[in-house]
Amino acid sequence: MTPDTTATVSRPSETGEMPYKDAMKILVIEDDREAAEYLKKAFGEAGHTAHLAADGDTGFAMAESGDYDILVVDRMLPRRDGLSVISAIREKGIDTPALVLSALGEVEDRVTGLRAGGDDYLTKPYAFSELLARVEVLNRRVGSKDVETVYRAGDLELDRLSHTVKRAGKEITLQPREFRLLEYLMRHAGQVVTRTMLLENVWDYHFDPQTNVIDVHVSRLRGKIEKGFDTPVLHTVRGAGYMLKAG
Amino acid sequence: MRLPAAMRTTAARLSALYLILFAVFALILVFYVTSLSGRMLVAQTQETIVEEVQGLASAYQRGGLPLLVRVVERRARQPGANLYLIADPNGRVLSGNVQALQPGVLDAVGWTERPFAYQRYGENEAERQASRIGDEDVAPGDMPHQALAHIIRLPNQMILLVGRDLGEPERFRKVIRNSLMAALGLMGLGALLIWYFVGRQALRRIDRMAQASRRIMGGDLAGRLPVTGEGDEFDRLSENLNAMLARIGALNEGLRQVSDNVAHDLKTPLTRIRNRAEAALTGRKRTSEYREALEQTIAESDQLIRTFNAILMISRLEAGYSAETTGPVDLVATVADVTELYEPAAEEVGVALESETPQQPVTISGNRELIGQALSNVVDNAIKYSAGQAEAPKVVVSLKAEAGEAVLSVEDNGQGIPEEDRVRATERFVRLEASRSQPGSGLGLSLAKAVMTFHGGRLELASREPGLAVRMIFPDKTPSAAAGKE
Repeated sequence: MTPDTTATVSRPSETGEMPYKDAMKILVIEDDREAAEYLKKAFGEAGHTAHLAADGDTGFAMAESGDYDILVVDRMLPRRDGLSVISAIREKGIDTPALVLSALGEVEDRVTGLRAGGDDYLTKPYAFSELLARVEVLNRRVGSKDVETVYRAGDLELDRLSHTVKRAGKEITLQPREFRLLEYLMRHAGQVVTRTMLLENVWDYHFDPQTNVIDVHVSRLRGKIEKGFDTPVLHTVRGAGYMLKAG
Repeated sequence: MRLPAAMRTTAARLSALYLILFAVFALILVFYVTSLSGRMLVAQTQETIVEEVQGLASAYQRGGLPLLVRVVERRARQPGANLYLIADPNGRVLSGNVQALQPGVLDAVGWTERPFAYQRYGENEAERQASRIGDEDVAPGDMPHQALAHIIRLPNQMILLVGRDLGEPERFRKVIRNSLMAALGLMGLGALLIWYFVGRQALRRIDRMAQASRRIMGGDLAGRLPVTGEGDEFDRLSENLNAMLARIGALNEGLRQVSDNVAHDLKTPLTRIRNRAEAALTGRKRTSEYREALEQTIAESDQLIRTFNAILMISRLEAGYSAETTGPVDLVATVADVTELYEPAAEEVGVALESETPQQPVTISGNRELIGQALSNVVDNAIKYSAGQAEAPKVVVSLKAEAGEAVLSVEDNGQGIPEEDRVRATERFVRLEASRSQPGSGLGLSLAKAVMTFHGGRLELASREPGLAVRMIFPDKTPSAAAGKE
């Protein structure tokens, strides 16, 4: 669950952000027809193409033959459950990132989901903005930044080895957690990251923080990296989360 | 034919089996004893006969045939006397008390090979004079007695027979057999009676238990099986079943309470959502108003979903969570994580969040996520209820490793919880009157409590002046492994 998820599918245009530049081909394996159609429409509005499969077997066949960037797989499917579809795909050597959608949201369920070869796990009901943000972050065509030692966004620079942050050449002192927060935001610069994604990736907790704890951390960080500079780099995406973006 | 109910019990069936086995062994014993005693009597008889024969032989040596005949005549007249017979080499009877003999008995010397039939003088007075040994008119079938005899040939080829009736050992054997059989019969009868009463006793206990369980099934959920206090197997069974009933009852009660609370607490936001949607539909509205109504609806739905998730999580924790996701958890790191997470938010509302932890890691076995979430809930509450309540609102999270326990406490100097409300505070959905205005599902403390129970620990509330101390007490050693199996 995401806090404060006033989801709006028309997010990019509404907030004045550019539509997502790396359009993805998404396979949605979901047996609930209405939910599937909604996802197709919503992904379309976000600039992506979504194909639908209504059961596990069809989904497996499509995932095997099609060239998809992302699989969105419902956990409970007719004929073949979502997790076994993912395991079967992985056995075929296909490593298309997969996001599991499930009504089961406990720690152990997520562990099972990720163990079966899923890359991310989202519990129903979810806000579309959350799903979209997670799917976009999973997109490998954006290019993995794992090997980069220095992240740059405009005049902001983060060195992962020396643990230093500079803006316009001027060093900014951050607390260790603030550094990890900024590191995650910069790693996904230009992409929306939600509050739950931050809690998961920066704090390694998967529960719902209920209150605005993450927002306060972000605004502290924002204070440090924007104070004394004219251009904002850390943007709030209304109803979704945050995006680090130069200019 | 149906057996009486008491005889149809398992105990009676087992008893019957024992009875049959016992009877078989007892019969074997009876036959063994009687045949052994019979054989002993025969041996004794033979011994007596040998002595007699020797005595008579010496009488013959001393006084010849006349003395022998005299001795035999005298002895033969004594009551219960042995059988005596003196015959000439042709088998003609000279003296003795035997009237008739099975033919051929006198042909051999030594012990007769098998018991033979005979008839004694005096048993049938009418025939006494008329009969001679070997006469056709006394058929072997008419000779009712059986005897064993020793036959010798005297030096003058005369035949001397000394024998003894076998009726006595035979009677003795019969007496032993009959008394043993009678005793056996009595024992069997006694056993049957005892088993009948014991079985009926057991059956009565079972019936009472069955009645009690029928009453419970019939809806008397507070009913319990009878315990007599004898501490026997029925009591043990009843006690176990009662403990089980109590557990089921507690779970049932919890479930009922939850559904009541769910119904009550979820109806309110659902009604609000519905009313808002209805209000948005009526009258002419600007797009921005629709948008606002929708956004509020989504926010309210999210809150509802959050509440549902918390309920589900508590239920799953109480039902016994999989122990698969547990492992070593360093509580020092958890405290650091949570205080670090909440510190900016606390500062924002003017609350000082501090932590006191040992230098060394305090590692317990558990689920890091659950403990983190429980501590977050408690800290979140503490911040909420101390903000603006004191001169210098302060929340202190401390960790102490005490004897066999790890104690995580969260202390604030806020409004606290009145004594009378403290137990209720950890119940689901209980939001004490003073906090009705605060946002939240009212499940934070309940969830923390469920997490503590899952870890084999407990959650305690204590009053501070002013404020509240929430103590989360973990048992030291591998608690969740045991909790997960429950």
